Amino acid sequence: MENYIIKRLLSILPILIGISFLSFILINLSPSDPAEVALRVNEVTPTKEAVAEMRKELGLDKSFIERYTTWITNSLHGDFGNSYITNKPVIDEMKLAIPATLHLAFVSLFIIIFVSIIAAVLCTVYEGSIVDRIIRGIVFVGEAIPGFWVGLLLMWLFAVKLNLLPTSGMETPSSVILPAVTLSLAYISTYVRLLRNNMVQNKLENYVLYAKARGLKERKILQHIFKNSLQSSIAALGMSIPKLIAGTVIVENIFAWPGVGRLCVTAIFNHDYPIIQAYVLLMAVLFVVFNFLVDIITSLLDPRMRKEA
Amino acid sequence: MGVINRLKNDRLAMVCLGFLFLVLLAGVFAPVIAPHSPIEMNVKEKFAGISMTYPLGTDQLGRCILSRLLYGIRITVFLSLLTMAMTILIGTLLGILAGLLRGKVDEVIMRICDVFLSFPSEVMILAIVGMMGPGLFNVVLANIIAKWAWYTRMVRTIVLKYTDKNYVRFAKVSGCSTGHIVKTHIIPGAAGEISVLATLDTGSVILIISALSFLGLGVQAPTAEWGMMLNEAKNVMIMYPYQMLAPGIAILLVVAAFNFLGDSLQDAFNTKRVNKMR
Repeated sequence: MENYIIKRLLSILPILIGISFLSFILINLSPSDPAEVALRVNEVTPTKEAVAEMRKELGLDKSFIERYTTWITNSLHGDFGNSYITNKPVIDEMKLAIPATLHLAFVSLFIIIFVSIIAAVLCTVYEGSIVDRIIRGIVFVGEAIPGFWVGLLLMWLFAVKLNLLPTSGMETPSSVILPAVTLSLAYISTYVRLLRNNMVQNKLENYVLYAKARGLKERKILQHIFKNSLQSSIAALGMSIPKLIAGTVIVENIFAWPGVGRLCVTAIFNHDYPIIQAYVLLMAVLFVVFNFLVDIITSLLDPRMRKEA
Repeated sequence: MGVINRLKNDRLAMVCLGFLFLVLLAGVFAPVIAPHSPIEMNVKEKFAGISMTYPLGTDQLGRCILSRLLYGIRITVFLSLLTMAMTILIGTLLGILAGLLRGKVDEVIMRICDVFLSFPSEVMILAIVGMMGPGLFNVVLANIIAKWAWYTRMVRTIVLKYTDKNYVRFAKVSGCSTGHIVKTHIIPGAAGEISVLATLDTGSVILIISALSFLGLGVQAPTAEWGMMLNEAKNVMIMYPYQMLAPGIAILLVVAAFNFLGDSLQDAFNTKRVNKMR
């Protein structure tokens, strides 16, 4: 097992280097000169001298490799440079926004797990009946519906029409409900489908037949089926956590939730490159780390997976 | 052809196919069908209800909603299809290259793929649009960059699977050229899996393009696009909530049709699963 972990750790090293490189060259994709942008957003007329000075200040006059190594060493120390707009360190802006995003993501995760399990179990118990069909219908619509539209409809119904919940912001504890429900919807569809299909398949296994022959209670049998169907969902859930955190972008913008997704979109409109770059790097690293953790967990649960590395 | 017959027997799949065909036709002939110009304003008639002149009413600037929906097909649906076509082209070319040449070429292509695959596509798209600035071209480009690696890897796996098959080995031994083998044996084999994934992905690309336009990162006003229409509807939500209905339903129906078609294609191509389920 230790060998496997070491092997996996070594294999993510080149990926991390590749990702950091990719995040860095993204800024060079920008059609405008970052120095000029940095001046313009502060309403300084970009004269030749001012641009040259700014280029020096931002270190743009150095070679590509030199800039990359400085950027990556600074990033490793938590220094992502300063925002062009507020001039505050990017890390401080991130520190303010990250808790809000995590809060939203974990409330969503809770809703996803709770609702998916109940719906999947209902589908399995009443397989083929009207309950099963209705839930599967909702799941199908849930996969095709645009998340931002659901968000708007929910906002209109619960905040405008019924006036039960706040429309946006993060002032009261109940503010999290609408964005979290919007965010969970697409995932619930995926998990109900996954868990239901696994459970329905498990129902046909011999151990269920044996349990029935032994005269076990339906409830007890269902518990066995449930336990044996969880594995693929757990693996998928591991990858859903970073996806949820990255997926908050749209929801945060609809509900004015002060998290990193909103920070990033605002930065895009303001051409605030250091923030975008830091966001991209953080998210990508998050994905790699979770991918690694999921692989380790699945291989602990099922030794057959270790060979495939 | 078993696949086509199976698909023909799937009534809902045929309904979806017919619906999508109609949507595409409506997009192509939008200038002929649409009762008004999508950007023609009529301030006197803003927020008009359903009438003979405006079959779906008008929006906050008095523009015909039906006309905007029809012209929106050209952007939302056509650009998604273009994105998929480009992605499949790049993925197939690189996948075949990697799978056939093996060795160093394969190694390099697959390592680049690894980096792109470990980069979450949502973040990648946001990063590219963020750096290159909002705009339709950048959105399409971002989608292609975020997706090509998935197709490259899939096609490579398929190529490897088929080059091991006896009939491909036989074709090689009997002196068929590599080009001939790719054309007659590998591409038809790969077409099934590609079409399943591509159909399902088209739905998700439509969702991404409309979401970005909704955020203001894609289409710029006054172009008619479904996500953009929802963005405009959002601002008048309190007084005129019905403005949100038409574009939302349009996206939902088209994406649902693509998803359903994808599922049906999967069943049609995968005989084993069909037999097991019955």
